[in-house]
Amino acid sequence: MQTQTPSPLKTYTDHLERGELAYQFSPTANRAVFYPRVLCPFTGSDRLEWRVSAGTGTVYATTTVHPPEGAPFNVALIDCDEGFRLMSRVEDIAPDQVKIGMRVRFRVHRPGGEEPPCPVFVPEDKR
Amino acid sequence: MSGLKRGGAAIVGAAESDLGQVADGMSPLDLMAQGTQRALADCGLALKDVDGLFCATAQSRLSVLAFAEYLGIQPAYVDSTIVGGSSFEYHVAHAAAAIALGLCNVAVVAYGSTQRSIGRRQASMREINPYETPYRPFMPSSAYALAASRHMHQYGTTREQLAAVAVAAREWALLNPAAWEKKPLTVEGVLSARMVSYPFTVRDICLVTDGGGAIVITSAERARSLKKPPVYVLGCGQSVTHNAISSMPDLTVTGAVASGKEAFAMAKLGPADVDAVELYDAFTLNTLLFLEDLGFCKKGEGGAFVSGGRIAPKGALPVNTNGGGLSYCHPGMYGLFLLIEAVRQLRGECGARQVKDCDVALAHGNGGVLSSQSTVILGSQATV
Repeated sequence: MQTQTPSPLKTYTDHLERGELAYQFSPTANRAVFYPRVLCPFTGSDRLEWRVSAGTGTVYATTTVHPPEGAPFNVALIDCDEGFRLMSRVEDIAPDQVKIGMRVRFRVHRPGGEEPPCPVFVPEDKR
Repeated sequence: MSGLKRGGAAIVGAAESDLGQVADGMSPLDLMAQGTQRALADCGLALKDVDGLFCATAQSRLSVLAFAEYLGIQPAYVDSTIVGGSSFEYHVAHAAAAIALGLCNVAVVAYGSTQRSIGRRQASMREINPYETPYRPFMPSSAYALAASRHMHQYGTTREQLAAVAVAAREWALLNPAAWEKKPLTVEGVLSARMVSYPFTVRDICLVTDGGGAIVITSAERARSLKKPPVYVLGCGQSVTHNAISSMPDLTVTGAVASGKEAFAMAKLGPADVDAVELYDAFTLNTLLFLEDLGFCKKGEGGAFVSGGRIAPKGALPVNTNGGGLSYCHPGMYGLFLLIEAVRQLRGECGARQVKDCDVALAHGNGGVLSSQSTVILGSQATV
């Protein structure tokens, strides 16, 4: 039987289910790859290793979304220390107090129901 | 683009369809067809002359098929490249190439949208990105807001400077009878409007209107025998840098750096030669970024550059002379309207908003979330 390549998204989500923020690493390019995929966008190779992030990073960009109904909330881009960037939000702080350059730490958010878990962040000094 | 001949193709017809809030039941194809009929009348060509068909719309999956059927033609060459709002600047380059190769002789580039009438959600398919959608960004506004946060952080750009872009656009719109907005706007009016995604209020964000239009492109030789003075395609450049905002390499630098460089090189011109600048202003930030990235000012100086009315009607550099996506019209994808306005400025058809001695105009399209950039430089007879 033909070997089927595991879904990058499924592998990522499985890590999140275990409370881990996973990313890929390209040994040839010697750098992190995010979002997860089946080939390295820097080399074209399919040689990609899965790694688990230490979960620490810095806010790269931030906005506060004001929905027509409900409370304003944060959306941010986070640069993780391993050298990859992802969209997320910073919690446990007023959305407009999230600042570029702020140090943050990963935690897993479990919306429940059909929704898969996703990574969110909190200010590094809060646990 | 290397490989394309400077001035080899020309825009000979240009027209808007009905704009703003169109009549009940009008479809995007109705608006595309209306624009086409008017653009053909503008240059004195007929539907039977059209053998190249170019269009893009979020409301029709196989739009060029639907449109060819509607028009009752079987074009030799079709292209429905869709890269967001800049699609139509890409179409100009593709049409110029197809005409140069003899794949078609007369190309129509058309657009239509009824997003205001049917609602934004109905007008475009919702796309799930598993790495972004869970955070509920209000797209595309939040993506551009993230870029704005970087520009403000790195260069000290202020909300007042962003607002100056919206105010200038409104001043131009007040000179354009076809513009949606009819009342003056102040910086304070922008800042105090409803906040959408910080730092953008609803006045930093383009309109949601219906609308459409078309342009007609043919070879320079054929163009010279038609009704109106030809508007020559002097330069084209394109750049695709990413799709999602979380994958944009640097949120303060767009692909307009590359597309502008390419277009200016082909046109053998520089920013100082441009008389009228038409930039895709989906957000106030865009005008600022593109002025920087196309070389009208240095990186980081866009905020200061747009202040003091420099890009407004009485300013030193005429930018978005129809009132732009911010105040004139913005039916989902705006790229075609940049070209229509550039053509009219070069022909001297713009009445109260006419730029004096306009021989070179630049139309810069933006698509996605600063993702696809395309620059088209157009010139009058004096430039060839």
